[in-house]
Amino acid sequence: MASVTLQSICKSFGGPPVLDGIDLDVADGEFLTLVGASGCGKSTLIRIIAGLEPQTSGSVLIDGRAVDHLRPHERRVAMVFQSYALYPHMRVFHNIALPLVMTRLALYERLPVVRLLSMRRRRVMSDIAREVQAVAKQLQIDALLDRRPSQLSGGQRQRVALGRAMVRHPSAFLMDEPLSNLDAKLRLHMRSELAELHGRLGTTFVYVTHDQVEAMTMSDRVAMMDGGRILQLGRPADLYARPANIRVAQFIGTPPINLLPARTSASGAVELFGSELPIRVSAPAGSASTLGLRPNAIVPAPIGTSRAGHHSLFGRLRRSENLGAEQVLHVDLAAPASGSLLCTTTSDPETFVGDTRGLALLFAPFACHVFDAEGNRVDAQSQADVAPSLMRAV
Amino acid sequence: MSATVAIASGIAPPRRNRQRFIESLAGCGFAFPAFLLLLLTNLVPLVVLLYLSFTNYELGALDTKFLGLDNFHKALVDPVFHRSLVNTFVYVAIVLPGAVGLGLLIAVLLHRRKRMRSFYEVVYFLPVTSTLIAMATVWQFLLHPSLGPINGVLRALGVHEIAFLTEPSYVLPTLAAIGIWQLVGFNMVLFLAGLSAIPRDLYEAAEIDGCRSGIDRFLTITWPLLGPTTMFVIVTTSITAFKVFDTVAVMTRGGPMGASEVLLYAIYLEGYQYFHMGYAAALTLIFLAFVLLFSILQTLVLERRVHYG
Amino acid sequence: MTTAATYAGMRSVTVSPVRDVARRIVSLFVVHTVLIAGAVFVLLPFVWMLITSIKSPAEIFAADFSLWPKHFNAIENYRAAIFGKAPLLRFALNGFIVCAGILIVQVLVAVPCAYALAKLRFPGRTALLALVLLGLCIPIQVPALPLYMGLAQLGLLNTYFAIMMPFFLSVFAIFLFRQFFKSYPDEIIHAARLDGMSEFEIVWRIVVPSAWPAIAAFAVFSIVAHWNDLYWPLIVITDTNLATPPLGMMFFADAETGSNYGALTAAATIITAPLVIAFLIARRRFIEGITMTGIK
Repeated sequence: MASVTLQSICKSFGGPPVLDGIDLDVADGEFLTLVGASGCGKSTLIRIIAGLEPQTSGSVLIDGRAVDHLRPHERRVAMVFQSYALYPHMRVFHNIALPLVMTRLALYERLPVVRLLSMRRRRVMSDIAREVQAVAKQLQIDALLDRRPSQLSGGQRQRVALGRAMVRHPSAFLMDEPLSNLDAKLRLHMRSELAELHGRLGTTFVYVTHDQVEAMTMSDRVAMMDGGRILQLGRPADLYARPANIRVAQFIGTPPINLLPARTSASGAVELFGSELPIRVSAPAGSASTLGLRPNAIVPAPIGTSRAGHHSLFGRLRRSENLGAEQVLHVDLAAPASGSLLCTTTSDPETFVGDTRGLALLFAPFACHVFDAEGNRVDAQSQADVAPSLMRAV
Repeated sequence: MSATVAIASGIAPPRRNRQRFIESLAGCGFAFPAFLLLLLTNLVPLVVLLYLSFTNYELGALDTKFLGLDNFHKALVDPVFHRSLVNTFVYVAIVLPGAVGLGLLIAVLLHRRKRMRSFYEVVYFLPVTSTLIAMATVWQFLLHPSLGPINGVLRALGVHEIAFLTEPSYVLPTLAAIGIWQLVGFNMVLFLAGLSAIPRDLYEAAEIDGCRSGIDRFLTITWPLLGPTTMFVIVTTSITAFKVFDTVAVMTRGGPMGASEVLLYAIYLEGYQYFHMGYAAALTLIFLAFVLLFSILQTLVLERRVHYG
Repeated sequence: MTTAATYAGMRSVTVSPVRDVARRIVSLFVVHTVLIAGAVFVLLPFVWMLITSIKSPAEIFAADFSLWPKHFNAIENYRAAIFGKAPLLRFALNGFIVCAGILIVQVLVAVPCAYALAKLRFPGRTALLALVLLGLCIPIQVPALPLYMGLAQLGLLNTYFAIMMPFFLSVFAIFLFRQFFKSYPDEIIHAARLDGMSEFEIVWRIVVPSAWPAIAAFAVFSIVAHWNDLYWPLIVITDTNLATPPLGMMFFADAETGSNYGALTAAATIITAPLVIAFLIARRRFIEGITMTGIK
């Protein structure tokens, strides 16, 4: 049980840096997810924490102590790999027991014939057997201890990998995309199992994934990474409601956020397709910006409808996807606007679509996210006096 | 494509029969030359061998007697044959651990190296591509008591010269060393392939689990997962070593005093120098039995080996 | 414990203490010592062969083991080798002829048979497959005796045909190509059939081009094996003009019994050179081919 701190971690493999100054503080017992697209550096980062990869500069601290010079097994962290990395030639029992065997028995006590010389070996092995049984029971794989990894299903293998990690009582669990190799249904199931496991054990979890759903549903905090940097660190709800960066906004949330080109008007308000919105920003007049609107913040309505405090855009319905509980509408915006939007609704689109498939899209200014030309979030003061409604979580 | 539509809509029975017939005809036709050659170069000779082994036929002899199993009895008590078998087994017993062990060692050492790896790979593989006879002649010169550099080095170190090829007790180990020289590169390549097949994250998981030293890594992961490769290398090396002939024929001709006469060389002498066809046929069948034994061993062990999946 | 770097400011971090570095240096030293020792053992004959082939007889017999000759006798040695007591170039030519002949027939025979075994149904298929697998276990030295007798009866000893004949069928090639053809998609073959292609055309026009890597690798294997084969040529050839490289080398060594080491090593160089050079040029292909038996 320990905290994990990263100080200015940089890593480069000879070319441009893969990690560019990562500072991160994982609290003791926290479930922190590193999320991002492939190549953002999250796997490299977790391998640096584990000690499998040396960092180019910066420091890793576990429980406040610098561990940079310590070998992986000396750091007392456990890792679950994407491919589980189970030893194929050993039975499940030995797979789980291996960390204990390695640390508690000396080299000569592990060699094939020579080990018979050791007096204490039998006692140590029975202790180990007891601990392995306990962990296996916890993960409900005690019936599988005699099998080989090749005889197990994906979910079972994953649990064996977890068992091998748990049996060491590590200060932190490091997980590198452990659910990626499972099918969708199993992934759903394992997500909740992992979350429950975390609740039971209370150990620090550092979790890596490219799946934003996993990040949002399992974590205490999420660190979104891109290009070797942390774009935003915060609770899942914060990343959803107040994305610090366009890339965060685009990555988190399904369907993805709509991004429309906007401008700051002379009076400091956001100007969208020629009309001013009642949103004040502290950006210089005339500067370009981007307006972000989540699909569930847009209300489709028949042309001509208006609503107090809401701004309207007009477009034609190109396609609608029926997801069962809701529909996702693909709308091509009409002049003076351009581009297309996604919006979600629980009503049948036919009820508000006109003959020419035209419809109005209404949204409230407070639901808008404004980003500056570099993509960073800009503080916006919405002038409409409407109480913000609760955002639907993904 | 209209063809696939045709397939999907089903082919009428007469068409299918005709197709089957064409297939059979083509199959037979294609296989026929191979079958004929198989017959001529493998099966018929085997039958002839079997027949010959029961006779006392000598090339060009006018009459032959049917001997039953006498040739085999003769082989069982023949001191020359015994000696050739013992020599062959001693040779294999030296070459096997040498070629397999060294091949494994070099492969393990080379496996993770990036810079010099290609260079060493090329160097170690050179003997495999070279013509053994030619190199055997060079080895003969290298091992020469007075002209060879190896004895030169020994003399410089103050040690007495060694007659590698003319001293009966040294000749087999010397030939075995040359055999190892020729096989190390081959085994090294096979082991390198086997090593590359071991997933890297197994080593990483092991490191996190506490595998500190190279020995730990080797015993816990490398050696067990190389199992199938190792077995394969052992069997192919044994079979290749068992078939030793070239070095003996060129360097020692079975000498000194039969100390290096190996099984194939004994058969060669019996059949093509003394022309005792009947006896040579019996010896050939015994040779075949051993080779089959090794091959069957190989298939059995490789099939039964737990497939790690 | 040495202190790890603190954040911001320190550039290059010592992530490992001194003892770790020392351990790494020692292990590197040991590893390279072993590798170099092995390399010396492996290269010794080659180096010595090249050096001796350019030395003069006086130096050779002086046994001073210098690595560089004082008098260059290369031209004399190589001339003695090439134009001397045995026709070396002739041997090399024979090698080419024999290897090419064997390879061509091997491929021509094995490819259709492998295709038939892989894709076609015909009577006797399983029996043939069993025979092929059996044939894999039978080395050439076994049928050699009866084949020799048969060829002697037919008066065909001392001919190119005699050298090549037992190898025309390569069960190994059949086995190898069959593995390859088995994984070839059936649909393409069906489509070709429905397009009106005869089975023969299908084999040679469609399937074989895709099997090119396997054929190339096998070619390497076959050429190396038969260039270096001594046993069979030794049995059927007594005419020096027909000798293949290994046999030729033996003839040459016999003719030069013990005396002209310069010419001997020059001959050895010439005989070994073609394959070694081919190896250095097409290293990957070569290794693939020769170790085909191992790499599934």
